Amino acid sequence: MIADDLMIVLPELLLAGLATLLLMFGVFRGNRSTPSVLMLSVAGLAVVFAVLVLRPGAHGDAFGGLFVADGFAVFMKALVLIGSAATMIMSLRYFERKQALRFEYPVLMLFATLGMLMMISAGDLMSLYLGLELQSLSLYVIAAFRRDNLRSTEAGLKYFVLGALSSGMLLYGASMIYGFSGTTSFQALAAVFAETMVAGEAPSVGLVVGLVFLIAGLAFKVSAVPFHMWTPDVYEGAPTPVTAFFATAPKIAAMALFVRVVMGPFGDFVGQWQQILVVISIASMVLGALAAINQTNIKRLMAYSSIGHVGYALVGLAAGTEAGVHGVIVYMAIYLFMNIGTFACILCMRRKDVMLEGIDDLKGLSKSNPLMALVLAIFMFSMAGIPPLAGFFGKLYVFLAAIESGLYTLAVVGVLSSVVGAFYYLRIVKLMYFDEPGESFDQPVGGEMVVILVGAGAAILLFFVFPAPLLDGAAAAAAALLAG
Amino acid sequence: MSSWPILSLVTFLPLVGVLFILFIRGEPDVVARNARYVALWTSLITFVVSLSLWIGFERGTADFQFVEKTEWIPDLGISYHMGVDGISVLFVLLSTLLTPLCVIASWEAIKVRVKEYMIAFLVLETLMVGMFCALDFMVFYVFFEGVLIPMFLIIGIWGGERRVYAAFKFFLYTLAGSVLLLLALLAMYYESGTTDIPTLLAYDFPQAMQPWLWLAFFASFAVKVPMWPVHTWLPDAHVEAPTAGSVILAGVLLKMGGYGFLRFSLPMLPDASLFFTPFVFALSIIAIIYTSLVALAQEDMKKLIAYSSVAHMGFVTLGTFTATQQGIEGALFQMLSHGVVSAALFLIVGVVYDRLHTRLIERYGGLVERMPAYALTFMIFMLASVGLPGTSGFVGEFLVLVGIFQVSTWAALLAASGMILGAAYMLYLYRRVIFGTLVKADLKAILDVNRREVLVFAPLVALVFWMGLYPVSFLEIFSASVTNLIADHERSLAASGGGSLAALWPAR
Repeated sequence: MIADDLMIVLPELLLAGLATLLLMFGVFRGNRSTPSVLMLSVAGLAVVFAVLVLRPGAHGDAFGGLFVADGFAVFMKALVLIGSAATMIMSLRYFERKQALRFEYPVLMLFATLGMLMMISAGDLMSLYLGLELQSLSLYVIAAFRRDNLRSTEAGLKYFVLGALSSGMLLYGASMIYGFSGTTSFQALAAVFAETMVAGEAPSVGLVVGLVFLIAGLAFKVSAVPFHMWTPDVYEGAPTPVTAFFATAPKIAAMALFVRVVMGPFGDFVGQWQQILVVISIASMVLGALAAINQTNIKRLMAYSSIGHVGYALVGLAAGTEAGVHGVIVYMAIYLFMNIGTFACILCMRRKDVMLEGIDDLKGLSKSNPLMALVLAIFMFSMAGIPPLAGFFGKLYVFLAAIESGLYTLAVVGVLSSVVGAFYYLRIVKLMYFDEPGESFDQPVGGEMVVILVGAGAAILLFFVFPAPLLDGAAAAAAALLAG
Repeated sequence: MSSWPILSLVTFLPLVGVLFILFIRGEPDVVARNARYVALWTSLITFVVSLSLWIGFERGTADFQFVEKTEWIPDLGISYHMGVDGISVLFVLLSTLLTPLCVIASWEAIKVRVKEYMIAFLVLETLMVGMFCALDFMVFYVFFEGVLIPMFLIIGIWGGERRVYAAFKFFLYTLAGSVLLLLALLAMYYESGTTDIPTLLAYDFPQAMQPWLWLAFFASFAVKVPMWPVHTWLPDAHVEAPTAGSVILAGVLLKMGGYGFLRFSLPMLPDASLFFTPFVFALSIIAIIYTSLVALAQEDMKKLIAYSSVAHMGFVTLGTFTATQQGIEGALFQMLSHGVVSAALFLIVGVVYDRLHTRLIERYGGLVERMPAYALTFMIFMLASVGLPGTSGFVGEFLVLVGIFQVSTWAALLAASGMILGAAYMLYLYRRVIFGTLVKADLKAILDVNRREVLVFAPLVALVFWMGLYPVSFLEIFSASVTNLIADHERSLAASGGGSLAALWPAR
């Protein structure tokens, strides 16, 4: 019995063991061991990835339903692992140059990743909170990782204070739900709600209030408006590789958790949460589009861009159907690759060993560094949702789900805000292609960066040639979530 | 021949050229020269291959030909479905004809970033051809909107002084229309469960849905055509774009809107089309008269031709929505003729622009003394644009007028007055540029068209006369498709109670 449970959580066990081992290794060997710790972490993530993907049979509930491993979890965990590994590789040179190599960094990232895997597989409000906090605590520290840097520490502190607040709200909501239903297990909750629905009764007010608090807490984690305030400051202040990490893996994990919570136990209550999600989604898309227009710092711009993207992903969730979940999964998968690539470009923005963050620094990049300009242009057009690039297909699926659910206003506002959003993505293309170059960036950028840039760029550009594998995988994942 | 995937070949052959250009290395001069030659040969070969469509196309049938079908996105049932009928096949040929001409026309005019320029044009060709061949709405949309990317770069990188403004305006205007088209497409998919165009053509959409779908289509296609009052991006884009960019813009991209109306709005949404016909007529007539008057007042040659494009495309929308045999054939013919003539006129402007680097009309005058051959070529295209009998412009406008006359006498009267205004602004332009005395010092040394330019104009002149003197060879290609379209249109109107939507209008 216990052996079965352990087999189901094998990837997480491996990751936990690896993180602990590397922590020990780092403690004994000191900071000079950081590069090897980092490399071993990446290798470890690859092993966990292989274990995760190559054991399709190991699905099921573990520990009395606290932990759920289904097709949905596997798909989202795979995305999280890719995001973590890629950002980890990208950060090595950055910290080497800043002479801020500390072995805690990869270890903390591993723990954060472990938290994310737990979140994705949460089958109970308790395990949800456990995973969320393991992730959040690691992230608070990583945000402030350059502790001698004012902006980095500020970012960490801001993130911590606001994050603690949101965790509090989430916990409050969870306690309300427990109080009014008498259980914390998702399965039991679903059964309770199904009974209410069958009896034709309205859910008790306490449950609805609890749900609202829960959604508020989750909206904070995915940085949806109106809980987005921390995002621009944290993105700008945190060291760039950390920002890249924030923009990818935790976003996907939090979105997966969001999907699991509202579609799982609260799936019968679509009427209760749909309107909340519609409002959050519209607000995120519109704010993401408008607020980014005047930004001059590219990391800040990416923060608003990610707020907008979360809005689009939530369009799919607001639909509250299997097609909607499918849309969210496709959107987040494509979002992951676009963001990894874009942040790899930002990390290459270096002149005389000084990291640059101004959008104007990209001027004339197409002349000084054609490859990087081309790749970044691909990401920008993709984020704007122009076919045939991958970003278009993400939008296609979420809007299709919205139309199917009759959310026409949401769809119209969504596509129109994508036109507004296109303006600032185009502005970056304009700077790179239409303007005269300034001084060129430092060359070479490093082999691993080129691989990530070209790989992500090719994935986004050529996605339309063979879209079926990702789309089918996402469809299977969505079906698995709703079947379970 | 039927075993060959000709349409895919024509569509994706330019991308092979792109690959070659990407691998060119070496001295900047060598790279530029090789890029030009690769682009030229690729586009010429593409054109030759596309000629097999002209030869192999079976006249007298409305069926889709050269059909290819492969699964693309299986979970939505979307397939890569290509095929042409009488309506689309000539646009494919127009695109493949204009691209090599654009490459030749840019031979000397483009000096910076030649490699990227040629890549952009070849990618553009792929997208244009693919759009006209697509028989799946989603595939169509991908090509339709993908066109924005290379065009944005062409205007923005190689354009004039206000190129950034023009590029952004072009992109955002068109995108705003297209996204609504996307929503309509998704709604149609949800309703009918398919994005396959032949299936959608046979599907009857509920009357309550049709007006909304029609308006969403209209938002996209009207911007592309462009119709008044959403035409304002066009003069900016034309003026700032490099010559070849204007050629493609006027020659092919504007046709995408007209093609959209013919392929989607009219046959798929017959009731809504009937309902909105007066609205389209009103906008088209305003476009014809208003933009002709605006053209009269222009001082920039390219801007004048841009406004004349809006007026000419007004005839196209007018003809399309008459839903009569002559009207639609006229609209199609007018689009093809305009594709040749306006493209040629932009090339004409490009010739003197390359020499003097100004497009202001007042800077010219008396060119006939130094450039007789140029004056003759200009005259041919000017008269074709005016619609002189014997040139291609006449056939299209005449057929459209015949079509409108059957539907509304008033609309015919007003549209015909637009033709007079058209003659006025074109002749006025011609007089100011070509005639008069040659007094300006820098014009005294100007050279007549060289061999490269003759090479560009020769096929276009031949086409203008061919289309004007023997239009049958073009009309026979699309008449069966048009007959079929109208028959379908009337059948579905009859099925839905004679267009009960249209009954909302007072008697007309």
